[in-house]
Amino acid sequence: MATDSAASAGPQSIPALLARNVERYAALPAYREKEFGIWQSWTWAEAAEEIRAMALGFLSLGMERGDYVAIIGRNRPALYWSMVAAQMCGAIPVPLYQDAVAEEMAYVLDHCGARFVVCGDQEQVDKVIEVQDRIHHIEHVAYLDKRGMRKYDHSRMNALEDIVAEGRAGHHRYGAELDKRIAELGYDQTCVMLYTSGTTGKPKGVVLSNRNIIETSRASVEFDRLTHNEEVLAYLPMAWVGDFIFSIGQAYWAGFTVNCPESAETMMTDLREIGPTYFFAPPRVFEGQLTSVMIRMEDASRLKKWLFHRFMAVARRVGPAILDGKPVGGGDRLAYALGNLFIYGPLKNTLGFSRVRVGYTAGEAIGPEIFDFYRSLGINLKQLYGQTEASVFITQQPDGEVRSDTVGVPSPGVEVRIADSGEVYYRSPGTFVEYYKNAESTASTKNAEGWVATGDAGFFEEGTGHLRIIDRAKDVGKMADGRLFAPKYVENKLKFFPNILEAVVFGAGRDRCTAFINIDLTAVGNWAERNNIAYSSYQELAGHPKVYDMIRGHVEEVNRSVAEDPMLSGCQVHRFLILHKELDADDGELTRTRKVRRNIIAEKFDDLIGALYDGSETVYTETEVTYEDGRKGKIKATLKIADAAIVEPAGQRMAAE
Amino acid sequence: MNDMSTEGYTTADGRKIGGVLMEMKNITLRFGGVVAIKDISFDIREGEIRAIIGPNGAGKSSMLNVISGFYVPQEGEVWFRGYRRGPMRPYQVARLGIARTFQNIALFEGMSVLDNIMTGRLNHMKSGMLAQALWWGKAEREESENREQVEKIIDFLEIQNIRKTPVGRLPYGLKKRVELARALAAEPKLLLLDEPMAGMNVEEKEDMSRFILDVNDEFGTTIALIEHDMGVVMDLSDRVVVMDYGKKIGDGTPDEVRRNQDVIDAYLGVAHD
Repeated sequence: MATDSAASAGPQSIPALLARNVERYAALPAYREKEFGIWQSWTWAEAAEEIRAMALGFLSLGMERGDYVAIIGRNRPALYWSMVAAQMCGAIPVPLYQDAVAEEMAYVLDHCGARFVVCGDQEQVDKVIEVQDRIHHIEHVAYLDKRGMRKYDHSRMNALEDIVAEGRAGHHRYGAELDKRIAELGYDQTCVMLYTSGTTGKPKGVVLSNRNIIETSRASVEFDRLTHNEEVLAYLPMAWVGDFIFSIGQAYWAGFTVNCPESAETMMTDLREIGPTYFFAPPRVFEGQLTSVMIRMEDASRLKKWLFHRFMAVARRVGPAILDGKPVGGGDRLAYALGNLFIYGPLKNTLGFSRVRVGYTAGEAIGPEIFDFYRSLGINLKQLYGQTEASVFITQQPDGEVRSDTVGVPSPGVEVRIADSGEVYYRSPGTFVEYYKNAESTASTKNAEGWVATGDAGFFEEGTGHLRIIDRAKDVGKMADGRLFAPKYVENKLKFFPNILEAVVFGAGRDRCTAFINIDLTAVGNWAERNNIAYSSYQELAGHPKVYDMIRGHVEEVNRSVAEDPMLSGCQVHRFLILHKELDADDGELTRTRKVRRNIIAEKFDDLIGALYDGSETVYTETEVTYEDGRKGKIKATLKIADAAIVEPAGQRMAAE
Repeated sequence: MNDMSTEGYTTADGRKIGGVLMEMKNITLRFGGVVAIKDISFDIREGEIRAIIGPNGAGKSSMLNVISGFYVPQEGEVWFRGYRRGPMRPYQVARLGIARTFQNIALFEGMSVLDNIMTGRLNHMKSGMLAQALWWGKAEREESENREQVEKIIDFLEIQNIRKTPVGRLPYGLKKRVELARALAAEPKLLLLDEPMAGMNVEEKEDMSRFILDVNDEFGTTIALIEHDMGVVMDLSDRVVVMDYGKKIGDGTPDEVRRNQDVIDAYLGVAHD
């Protein structure tokens, strides 16, 4: 692979990379999908044949150069193929979030002007039909799963497999045209358009060129020395840039195998069966796994519990050092080897991480305990920092320089600088072309020299050169008395407790900080079960006095930790309440990637914030909720408000007086 | 029985319903002195969803048991696929192509979901016990073929994630779905569902309704069901038989039945003067 580093001479598009892989790796597996209980696989040669037939089918339906093709569904090989097939026709694939409700989908479909939509199943087709009376430019709908589709009007709708069959039948008619279009694809043409979920406002269409994707894939594959032998599990949303880079960019560059799970519910089983060597997950997946391990250990026999805790202590002490190749004494090495035999090995196998060579987490800060847990088991988990506009990679951690509180050094080919305001800027070959039909946003994000504002505030650590991110630049504010307010910093500390799923801290322009807390139903529910606390609903558990006591303990611990940092000691949480409902993307409170939408929450729960500051003990509230099918309902609740002790930092009082 | 007997009809949503699959002629069923079913006649047509409804104790379950051959009526005739059916053993009924689910779930609790559904394939396995025990030759091939069918049903009913889970550990709603899966595994001509939605919440009912419609749509399976939830029945079925005190008081499309005064009286009660 390294021999191709003269990239401009190499393949200039994803279809060209596919042709290269057919020559190099013809008989090696390119895709696998578990279906009917068995892993079905396609070699590069077979996949290329399917993709070509699909592209011919698309031509027969009249797909033109520059058409936008929306793809909506869970990760399945045929949907990945449809993206590459669209590229072959000179069209631009636009993957969408499959859990978006029709309303959100309508905006994106309208904005990109899609002529073709490829749907995973009936559910997605229904949503497209629902918006079709407003959006008239959709000419063809293709669907993958035939189930329940028999009775639909098929005058402008086709099963993907029929399109493929049509393409095969028409290969003489369309073959020459397709070859011509594939040959036309160049480095500066659009490879894919991805919509950013956007913590504020409407989603923006990020246009990424073949150069962006291929250069980034090449550099990142070389950085981690990925080969064609890697196995990845494709389970994160196809609309997310990370999945496009991992499952298409890097997979095509390195020629490794993309495995698709059977369904979202079987993901963990499928993960174990595949045993990926290269794995990406947002922190919440690692948190969830750790929580379930700990819950299961609570129920284990005493001997097993003892063994587990005994050897985990050893792992915590020496595991990360052994992983980083640092010197460790012989006795510790022996203890670690024994632990590996009895505990770490079987545990990694249960988690599906036995073969992980490179693992990444990103998107949110990960709790140091969680991070260290996986590292101590010998799993090479690292952090990266990136965004859609950068084709993912801005900074990442090299092997041997991994810590939970930094996001690493600039990725190869990426320049990073910190503006006077503290905001992080970068410039790289992966930097996006533009926001589609939004010159204004493009201009305000990317300047003439190609520097892009990330919107995050951060700084380079002295000595190591690692980047540390504090918060969203626009969220970092001042409190009434001028002290620094960085909500995310506190929220992350709160969220490191397994019992807390989400936290939202308020305090900009106020004299003190307060917080909303969302409990984690799995962790708190389990705790309630073990402590014989009865509850009948989420709402009742959330309002339980003992739960409040427990959360107060967590908040006070965070306050102590926040107080240690003189710059941020003003961010201690004085009062908090536990929300009666989980914050949800369907209600607009989170983005589809589960980031908190601060303004919307502040607006929606205005009454609760008022109560946090006016000193009341309880507050009555009615909240509108949206069900998964789009209907709306109301939840009524009376919430308690609790005070938390704060720590007066040394010197603070002096300064105030 | 009537003028539609051979051609069938077309439903409101455009499905073609075929000829008569099963016909009940003047059925009377007694338990000692109790008359559970009194002179009832109706038919079930190929490809339709036929509901039997009625207040508690109306004789619905008895009727379903007559259809399934578990009860033999004292009077009347049961015709299935053009032949008059005599008294039968349960396995003979199954071989005829009738499968059912039960009101009180009847699964093998200690066995996995997969194994439970495999039992539904029993009638499609021809190899002997010894060959199966040794898992050799034909038996091996046969198991693979049957497993494939079972996997299609697992995929269809979206229960991949519990494939290997023992049934005893599943919640009620999923057990109902597994039971449906087992009945489907037999590839029945006629599927009998005894209160498929009993004890379910709204979401589970919606799921189950969708599966019933999809089964009918994809496999063309004729379905006869008993159900209490009126909303579900009226939405799902093509034709409805209404029973009260062992007698048939209504028969027709959901709309016809809804307008039928006898049915309204039976359900809402009527003042005795």
